Amino acid sequence: MGRLRRRRLSPLGRRQAAAGLLFVAPWLLALVVFHGYPIVAATYLSFTDYTVLTPPEWVGTDNYVKMWGDSAVWRAARNSLFYALLSVPIGLVLSLVLALLLNRPVRGIGIHRTLFYMPSVVPPVAGTIVFLLLLEPRSGLLNTVIEVTGLDGPAWFLDPQWSKWGLIVLSLWGVGAATLIFLAGLQEIPASLLEAASIDGAGAWGRFRHVTLPLLTPVILFNLVIGVIYSFQVFDAAMVVGGTTGEPGGSTLMYMVLIYRSAFSYFDMGYASAQALVLFLAILAVTAAIFGTTRRWVYEEA
Amino acid sequence: MRAIRPSALTGRDQGDGTAAQPTRYGRRGGWLRQTGWHLVLSVLSVCFTIPLLWMLSSALKENKEIFTVPVQWLPAVFRWENFVSVLSYPGYPFLQFFSNSVFYAGSVTVATVLSCALVGYGFARLRFPGRDILFGVTLATMMIPYVVTFIPTFLLFKQLGVLGGYIPLIAPALFGEAFFIFMMRQFFRGVPKELDDAARVDGAGEFRIFWQIMLPLVRPALVVMAVFTFVWTWHDFFRPLIYLQDPDKFPLSLGLFTFRGRRLTEWHLMMAAATLMTAPLVILFAVAQKYFIQGMKMFGIKG
Repeated sequence: MGRLRRRRLSPLGRRQAAAGLLFVAPWLLALVVFHGYPIVAATYLSFTDYTVLTPPEWVGTDNYVKMWGDSAVWRAARNSLFYALLSVPIGLVLSLVLALLLNRPVRGIGIHRTLFYMPSVVPPVAGTIVFLLLLEPRSGLLNTVIEVTGLDGPAWFLDPQWSKWGLIVLSLWGVGAATLIFLAGLQEIPASLLEAASIDGAGAWGRFRHVTLPLLTPVILFNLVIGVIYSFQVFDAAMVVGGTTGEPGGSTLMYMVLIYRSAFSYFDMGYASAQALVLFLAILAVTAAIFGTTRRWVYEEA
Repeated sequence: MRAIRPSALTGRDQGDGTAAQPTRYGRRGGWLRQTGWHLVLSVLSVCFTIPLLWMLSSALKENKEIFTVPVQWLPAVFRWENFVSVLSYPGYPFLQFFSNSVFYAGSVTVATVLSCALVGYGFARLRFPGRDILFGVTLATMMIPYVVTFIPTFLLFKQLGVLGGYIPLIAPALFGEAFFIFMMRQFFRGVPKELDDAARVDGAGEFRIFWQIMLPLVRPALVVMAVFTFVWTWHDFFRPLIYLQDPDKFPLSLGLFTFRGRRLTEWHLMMAAATLMTAPLVILFAVAQKYFIQGMKMFGIKG
């Protein structure tokens, strides 16, 4: 007892401790009510049959077994994976290129930066509806422009083969946020290093490849992880485009939409919890895998 | 992991974000090269801007005018009455949606700013047992995606009998949000210790020190927190979708979503509604751009 109390608090210290606990009290409550409890509850519910009207009933691993044989789950997982595997890398490269362009000492950069970032403040529901119009197959703006070149544009959100590409194009419209993060990283790179490389005879590509890129790897890691976490949970755009059935033909049924459907269309809370937990574990596994590779490619300041 | 530099927010030069010191590589380019870069950037900027311009232009057209070939960039006649039609559309009270959005985003913003400043200050400046462990737990909660917690949280509010209103949407903000608590803690730690120590010696209570001395010093951080919270809440579609049923309570996100579901073909009105929903944020962005840019930098540096 005496050993545990490393130092006795003075009256002033005690008053401060009381005040401190009072300051963080709301958050302590939130930790328990909005974080701790839901995780435990979600895990428990995933092993139950719970359709809201009657109390949850323990069914063991039934929900997980059911997921394995549920074609909708596989379809949603495939759709989400397709979306993530394309939108994340393309978005990463595009935002890096935009940041490199913005990092040049050219006049009027501020305006371009503003215009690149602007789509990120547009509400996703409004932005998606605008893209439904832009990508309208017959006479939407994009296909009209494509037709000028003599080609035929795809049917985008009306064609199951192309609908996910529509969502990917929409996601690329929002790369401005990642661009600004890259730009901040670029501006932290000391000019002296670039100059030194220059004196050593490095050209523009050499400077990029051997100075800029290695120093930027922590930012690349950050944008990659955030991108993966976000794209695995894409919901708004998919829901506006395809609703809970993922029109056309289930092609836009993203995993998050599937969870929403299980929980709020079918009120199958137990099954939905199992689906949610699997997504959580998948996100965790992928982020862990990414962090596992960082030793090989992320530069760490000594 | 690098720590946030609190000075990043107060520095004057941070606002414009142009490369602070032009390196000589950039300057070496002749005017031809300069023009080339300008051209590339301008083309890209146009690509990013066209969707918004097309939205606005379509919002002012007649419906059939939107799909003409060749492309008609500007409306023949600017039909401002489209906005009137949307605002008075039977069954879709867009004016109500709009004020619901203002109420929702406004309340969450005020609640988040207050709670996160309070909690962040507690973690930064006051000593109490278990503080560092609790702060570690706080950081860990940032790793938990909303997908795991939303079903039990929904069921909790259902149990409390408050579904269908704004309590489940606003109440959580009163208790703080991990990332902004982290951010506020960093900022409060950047304030010189002498300031509050002096006040403490003078006998000021902890809350008074927080409210009268510390809070004004981190104002820029509060503004960053406020603008991002406002924008994200204005965007929010998922939570209104699961918690609200009565159209009179819908925010714009949900109102626009249902409108698009039932009035598929009225593109001009859909675009007018989308414009109505987007305009306040674009205006906020124009006014507070500095804070958006600084905020994005901080989010990145956090990594």
